[in-house]
Amino acid sequence: MTTEAIYTKLLPIVQTYLPEDVVVDQVSPDSDLTQELNINSAHLVDIILDVEDEFDVEFANEDMENLRTMNDAIGIIQQKLS
Amino acid sequence: MDQWNRIKSRWRGKSSVMDGFKDILALLPYTGPFLFVDNLESISENRVEGSYRFREDEFFYKGHFKGNPVTPGVILTECMAQIGVVCLGIYLLSEKASEEMQIALSHNEVDFYKAVYPGETVRVFSEKEYFRFNKLKCKVKMLNEKGEVVCKGSISGMIVPQAI
Repeated sequence: MTTEAIYTKLLPIVQTYLPEDVVVDQVSPDSDLTQELNINSAHLVDIILDVEDEFDVEFANEDMENLRTMNDAIGIIQQKLS
Repeated sequence: MDQWNRIKSRWRGKSSVMDGFKDILALLPYTGPFLFVDNLESISENRVEGSYRFREDEFFYKGHFKGNPVTPGVILTECMAQIGVVCLGIYLLSEKASEEMQIALSHNEVDFYKAVYPGETVRVFSEKEYFRFNKLKCKVKMLNEKGEVVCKGSISGMIVPQAI
């Protein structure tokens, strides 16, 4: 799956958990999910669980530790799918 | 680690279940006047049952309400969270649980049905939905002594073994 295709599927998942004062236009591939987009750690877990369902992959604890940005998420998903 | 092997064996050992409960209660990061757990009746990988008696002299009755003491909904929610999420979380962390752990409520959605008055004992039943990446999500309900549902809902918290 291409980076763009993953991003297109990932964006609506992340959007669900954005705080009200963050609009989807603010999201970019480099956005830091917790620091810039203000997603709390519990919602970060929700995003992972939704990603697992959407892409039929399973995240490990180490993946969670390496997950900071949208790009990190895409990288981990790509690695799981290959 | 010795301490933890001891606690773990207590939790798993059928002959000393009550001691295992005591160890879990000892690790709760609360104290009076904000500890709302008296006893654990049962605990396993997927569920926990515990109880608490609201003392007549709890601090909040003085103000909630004026001249008409009723247990606040936030306190009922807290009681459900302490028994249903934190006690279960400590059990699930097993040997990784310690006084270093960090806990935080992340979400709750609770409906209330009955009032709880001073002196009443409530029982809390909680069922794990999932525990992943330090997030524990549970379906929780509270019953009064008559067996009526006082409140029920969904509560999630983050339980991190040590400060990060």
